Parts: sequence; C-alpha cells; structure tokens
Amino acid sequence: MNYFPDEVIEHIFDFIASHKDRNSISLVSKSWHKIERCSRKRVFIGNCYAINPERLIQRFPSLRSLTLKGKPHFADFNLVPHEWGGFVHPWIVALAKARVGLEELRLKRMVVSDESLELLSRSFSSFKSLVLVSCEGFTTDGLASVAANCRHLRELDLQENEIDDHRGQWLNCFPESSTALTSLNFSCLKGETNLAALERLVARSPNLESLKVNRAVPLDALTRLMSCAPQLVDLGVGSYENEPDQESFMKLMAAIKKCTELRSLSGFSEVAPLCLTAFYPICQNLTSLNLSYAAEIQGNHLISYFELQELRVFPSDLHDEEDNDTAVTEIGLVAISAGCPKLHSILYFCKQMTNAALITVAKNCPNFIRFRLCILEPNKPDHTTSQSLDEGFGAIVQACKGLRRLSVSGLLTDKVFLYIGMYAEQLEMLSIAFAGDTDKGMLYVLNGCKKMRKLEIRDSPFGNAALLADVDKYRTMRSLWMSSCEVTLGGCKRLARNAPWLNVEIINENENNDVMERNEEDEREKVDRLYLYRTVVGARKDAPPCVTIL
Amino acid sequence: MSPEEELQSNGSVASSTRNIVGVLKEHNYLGLSDCSSVGSSNLSGLADDDKATISLKATELTLGLPGSQSPARDTELNLLGPAKLDEKPFFPLLPSKDEMCSSSSHKNIASGNKRGFSDTMDKVPVYTEKNWMFPEAVVATQSVIKKEVAQNLPKGKLSTTNNSSSPPAAKAQIVGWPPVRSYRKNTLATTCKNSDEVDGKPGSGPLFVKVSMDGAPYLRKVDLRSYTNYGELSAALEKMFTTFTLGQCGTSGGTGKDVRNETKLKDLLNGKDYVLTYEDKDGDWMLVGDFSWEIFIGVCKKLKIMKGCDAIGLAAAPAPAPRAMEKSKMRA
Repeated sequence: MNYFPDEVIEHIFDFIASHKDRNSISLVSKSWHKIERCSRKRVFIGNCYAINPERLIQRFPSLRSLTLKGKPHFADFNLVPHEWGGFVHPWIVALAKARVGLEELRLKRMVVSDESLELLSRSFSSFKSLVLVSCEGFTTDGLASVAANCRHLRELDLQENEIDDHRGQWLNCFPESSTALTSLNFSCLKGETNLAALERLVARSPNLESLKVNRAVPLDALTRLMSCAPQLVDLGVGSYENEPDQESFMKLMAAIKKCTELRSLSGFSEVAPLCLTAFYPICQNLTSLNLSYAAEIQGNHLISYFELQELRVFPSDLHDEEDNDTAVTEIGLVAISAGCPKLHSILYFCKQMTNAALITVAKNCPNFIRFRLCILEPNKPDHTTSQSLDEGFGAIVQACKGLRRLSVSGLLTDKVFLYIGMYAEQLEMLSIAFAGDTDKGMLYVLNGCKKMRKLEIRDSPFGNAALLADVDKYRTMRSLWMSSCEVTLGGCKRLARNAPWLNVEIINENENNDVMERNEEDEREKVDRLYLYRTVVGARKDAPPCVTIL
Repeated sequence: MSPEEELQSNGSVASSTRNIVGVLKEHNYLGLSDCSSVGSSNLSGLADDDKATISLKATELTLGLPGSQSPARDTELNLLGPAKLDEKPFFPLLPSKDEMCSSSSHKNIASGNKRGFSDTMDKVPVYTEKNWMFPEAVVATQSVIKKEVAQNLPKGKLSTTNNSSSPPAAKAQIVGWPPVRSYRKNTLATTCKNSDEVDGKPGSGPLFVKVSMDGAPYLRKVDLRSYTNYGELSAALEKMFTTFTLGQCGTSGGTGKDVRNETKLKDLLNGKDYVLTYEDKDGDWMLVGDFSWEIFIGVCKKLKIMKGCDAIGLAAAPAPAPRAMEKSKMRA
C-alpha cells in the first residue's frame, strides 16, 4: 500500500464508512493517519466534552457531517440538572469561523438556541441535514431561519425535542424553489400547523420518503398528504380522537393502500380504533412500529407483525397504576417474541416478569441487539417464584450473542452481573437500577464486558472498591454514571488523581457548594451523582455551580 | 413459609382462600372481564399450575402479615364471617380488582405503594358484597403500609418482599422512575386525567377519564368537562362504542342500517344489557346517575360500560344515595 499515491489510498478509504474502522485505519501509520484525517467527511463525537471544536477542525479539515451528543442518558429522567451543559453554540461558532463546509449536523441531548440555528443557517451554504434529538432551548423561530436560509435542505428531523412553539409560519419559510426534501419530522411541535403550506411543501417534494407530522394535523389533511406522497417509506401520524366518518375512512384507506413502500409507522397519540384498523392492510410489511404514544392500544395487537424488528411498549398511564385491564405483563413479551422472530430491538415496560418468560423469550429471539426491560416496581422478583430474575436475564445474555445494549430491572443479585460479564461479549451499553448486592456485581461487568462503552448505574450498592479497581478500564469507555450508589467523595478524588485524562464530575444539585469546600476530611461523604468520562481537553469551562470537576 | 403451611395455619381464612383459588381460576388472568368468561379462562399463555401458584401466592401474602391491624380500622371494618366468603361472587367484573388485589397485595407488601388498592380496602365495611374475598388482615395491612409509605424517602436499595417492618418508599417519590422521558410523560399527561383534586377545586382544564367496555379490545378516553349533563355523556359514549356493539349485534355497519342500529344500541346501552358504571375516588364501582352532574365529574375516575349481568350486584345494592351519604360522612 505504501507504493500507491495518496489519492489512490484515499479513494480506497472512501469505501470505509464506519467510524470504528476509520479510527482503526488512522492508527496504522503516520501517512495513513494523515490521509485518513484529511479525507474524513463524517465524524461522530459521543461526548461533546471529550474534545473541543478547534481540535476537531484541526484534525478533520474536510468535515461535512458532525454528530454530537451532550447530556448523559439519565438526563432523560431528570437526574441531570437543567443547566448542566451540552451547548452547541461554541461548536457552530468555531465551524463557521473555520469555514468548514458543513452539510449535516446531528445533535442529541444538547442545548440549542435560536441564535445557534440562525448562525447555522447562514454559515454553511451547502447545509443539507439537521437532526435534533431530545434537544431543547430553541423555538420555531429558529426553525424558520433554517427553512428560509438553507437552500439545499434535504432533511429536517426533530425527535422529541422541547421546542417553544410560537405558532409562527415556519413552514411557510421554505422557499417555493425548495424541492429537495427527503425527510421532514416535526412531530414534537405542540402547536397548530399551517396545513396549506405543509401540503404545498409535500406536493413539491417528490423525493420525500419520511414524513412525521404533529398532533395538530387532522385526518383529512393526513389523507391528502399521503395521496400526494405515495412514495413514503416512513410515516408519523397525528392525533385522531374521534372516529372518522364513513367517507373519510374510505379515503384514508385508499391513500394508505397507495403507499406501497411504507415500512415504518409512528405517532398515533390518541387514536380512535377505526383509524388504526385502516393501517392493518400494510402492517404486514412494517419493519418498525412505534405506538409508544398510543395510550390505548393493547400489546396483544402487535403480535401478528411478522416483519417487526423494533418495538417499544411504554406504560400506558403513568398516573394510574391500578389499571389492570391493560396491565402489561410477561405474557405480552412472550407472545411478541413468538410472533415477531425478526425482532432485534425492544424496550418493554411492564408490571411483572418471570424467569420462565425471559428464558422463553431468549429462545424465541436470539437476535436481540437491544433488550431493555423495565419492570415498573423496583426490586420486584419473579412473581411466580419470588426469586430474583438473575436466571432470566442470564438466559438473555447467553442466547443473544450480538447483544449491544441491555437494561435490567426487577430483583437482581450480583449473579446477574456475573452472567453479563461472562456472556455479554458485545455489550456496549448497560443500564442498572436498584440491582446487585456488593461491589462484585459491578466488577464482574467491568472485568468481563470488553466492549463496554457506557455504563450507567443508579440506586445500587456499588462503591469505591468497584470504582477504583481498574482505572484504565475507563480509557476504553466513553462514560460512567453512578447515582445514589455507595461511592464516596474520597473515592472519586482518588480516581481523579490517578486518572488525569478523566473528567470526574460530581453533581450536587440540592446542596450548596459549601459542602464541597467545607470539610476536606469528609471524604466519606457519599456522592449523590457521579459522571465521569474520558477527555483530551481537560476540565470543561462551562460547568454550572452544582457541578464540581475533581 | 410455603403456601400450604399458610393455608393450614388459620382455619377460617383457609376456607376463604380455597374459594379465592376456585374463583380466581375462573377468571381471565388479565382481568378482561366478560360475562361469559365466568367459568372459562383465557389464559392461554399461563399454565394451570401457574394460575394456582398465583392464587396461592395471593393467599400467602394476605396471610403473611398477622397482627398488623391498626386499631382505628377495626371499628370501620365489617368483619366478614366465613359464610360471606362462600358466596359466589356477584361481580365478575372485579377480576380486575381481584387480580389487582392478588398481585398488588403482593406488590403492596413489597412496596406499599398501591394507593388505589388501599382505598378500595377502606371501603370494605360498606361494600361487603364486592370485597368479600378480602380478609380484614389485608385491609389493615394495606392501611398501615399506606400510612408508613408517605414518610419514607428513597435511599439506596429498596427492601424486598414480606418486609413490612420497613416498607420501601412509594414509587411516586423516586426521582426519575420509571425511566420515561419527561418529554414523553408530558405528552402522555396531556391525555391523562387531570389530577388537581387536592382541595376539591375543579381545574379549568380538560378532565379525561378512561372508558372501557366489556368485550371491547380498546379503551377510550373522554373529557368529562366537555359535557354538561348525563345525557350528553351518554350520547357521546353511544357514538364511541357503536362499533363494538354493532359488531356484537352481527351487523356490518352499512349506511342503510344506521338508524336501526342506533336504536338498537340505545336499547342496549339503556336497557338491561348494558349499564354505565364508574369508579370513584375511593375505588368503588357505582352506577352512574346517583349524583348531580357537577358532583359526579368531581368524583369519577373511570367509566365502564358493563354488561347488565355483571352489574347485578350494583343494581341490587341498597339505594346508592344513602350509601354515598355514608361515604361522604366517612370521608369527612
């Protein structure tokens, strides 16, 4: 390979897309490192504080697509203070300043402002794709500037963001000349939509494959949209409380029938049963079905979807726990595993579980990549045997050799972690809550799971011994989260001393900082929340007062 | 402590548990009540011995907490003699309650956070027919746990089952649990029942309650505040559940037959075949229509369109009004 000119090597590298592989290539030799970095178009940064924008741009001058993730996963559950961080603005400023030819920006759990969006829309003339997942801090005004200024916009995908809906006319801001849209998702917007503008936009976008509307788009509008976009592959519907009349229903069915490419459905908040039945004819082709917002749909309706690959079942009513008419149990999970052999990703909330059910599920679906089970009541044992669920989860990790993500729940001892450490060879992300007995549990995981990247633990009895046993392990991981565990301030300080390449963040929201400064000897003080991550740029400067970086 | 030992230890309760076992087996495990399900079981996924185990488990747990009766409760309790326990249940509709009780009594003892169940138990003295299967031991236990729950704060690992001496924290007080995104919670919350009833003042927002119907696979939700009287509610429900009853009538729902079907439905809903019931704040099922509309929307938590045969007990009970008065007296 050394006798090939650089351009040829670069061309060969073009075929290598995966981040992991490209990272590996860059380690082979200096010349490969240089060729790789100069030709690299897509960069994925799993933790925005692991690196800074200046160094990113320095290394990858040809950057076109950037993915950034901010807050840790448990921020989704209110465990991270609102002001913790994850601001995208400095990144956009730096990229704009360096005149990077940015075309795609994908953000998850980051703080985005209208100002950032405005700057983004004006700084990158080839900008094509904006994907925001679980972000916050902006309004529809920011969306308006993106729509208006990004002439080549192909993708605007807003997933579960907290957006202040000013009910403006942001959809109107797409110029009439904009016909390149392939994906439009505004399902998280809460306000009314300009239906006429939406229909015009969809009508002039022949390449539109993914359309996800918000609740406010009524059924007849949806029908019209589907009629002028029969090429849709991915559809997110709105909210349809009332049963449609005969005519509307027939029109809807006709429109659905024409969408022969449809493979993915979502939305369905407040859906009247008849509306759902209208989709039955195409359901056999579905590979992805997200009914997670549909409070009223019973799990047993899903077991006939043979092609189903991903499924999420959420608790139907978080306020009403006594509703046993619709209680989700292990029966549903077993039925799903039997009826959907192609299922590889599942998130399943339920009231109760048994080892027997999990063992059956493991037998039925050995192809799981993601298996997330949340039994609503912490520490709940197998309800038929009163035993822990160690054996059930053990069966899952043993059978599912490709398992990359796992969330465990229910009554669990150290044993389940022994199983995980022994069998979950591909596991990259593990979420633990109210589980385990001693430090051994955490150690089994840290020692056994070679590919572990993200470990997040809450309310489990793991302490300093587990935290400090193998500091170098954290070089191979993106981050570790521990909250309401047994680690102490002293343990964290020791870790920070031994690993200067780690940012060890202590989050103490309720107490003022006197606690931190006060008693240096009080190292036996238990740490409420610990978040540590590897980084090459040291302690960040934008941490709020409630966060202390050791 | 094996279930068998538990059964033998207490003679009077043993008979009730046998009845419990017998009755529970007859009901749909998932609590989907159906007049025709009495005597049959839809538990395809569950082995018979599992069902037995579940029933026995329920029994075991109800017996597992002796001597934990709160003195205040005794006066309110209508102590159920064994004779009562031998009665065939009037309310097959209460498989949901049964199941809730059997699994939640297990659950309550583990976590003590089943507020609704506790409230149901509070009502034992008055609604003996409905709650015949629950010995007072359970009632007292639940109320004890209920009291203690409020004071507990989550800290570290929760205790496991049968540990009533230190009941774990109520679920509601654990930060970030269950792990559902606040975005999603907020979205679902807009369609959930308005729960600002703390001081009894009606909120100005919508008041959604779930409506279920025996035999229907779907629940619906209605906003009680969008109606001004029972007539409007009734009309809206008829419209909503037309599809299901029409299905049961064996019609195809074609346009020509609409009028006739509507009439038939009205007869179905208003006649003997269906009654409209609601679950109130205390967890009791009552016939709709006793209170004035304003009071009704204040207390109604859920609606259920029941088959007439399931609601026999309700209809046969003493006039609801005095019962309601008693309830409000007790509440005060």
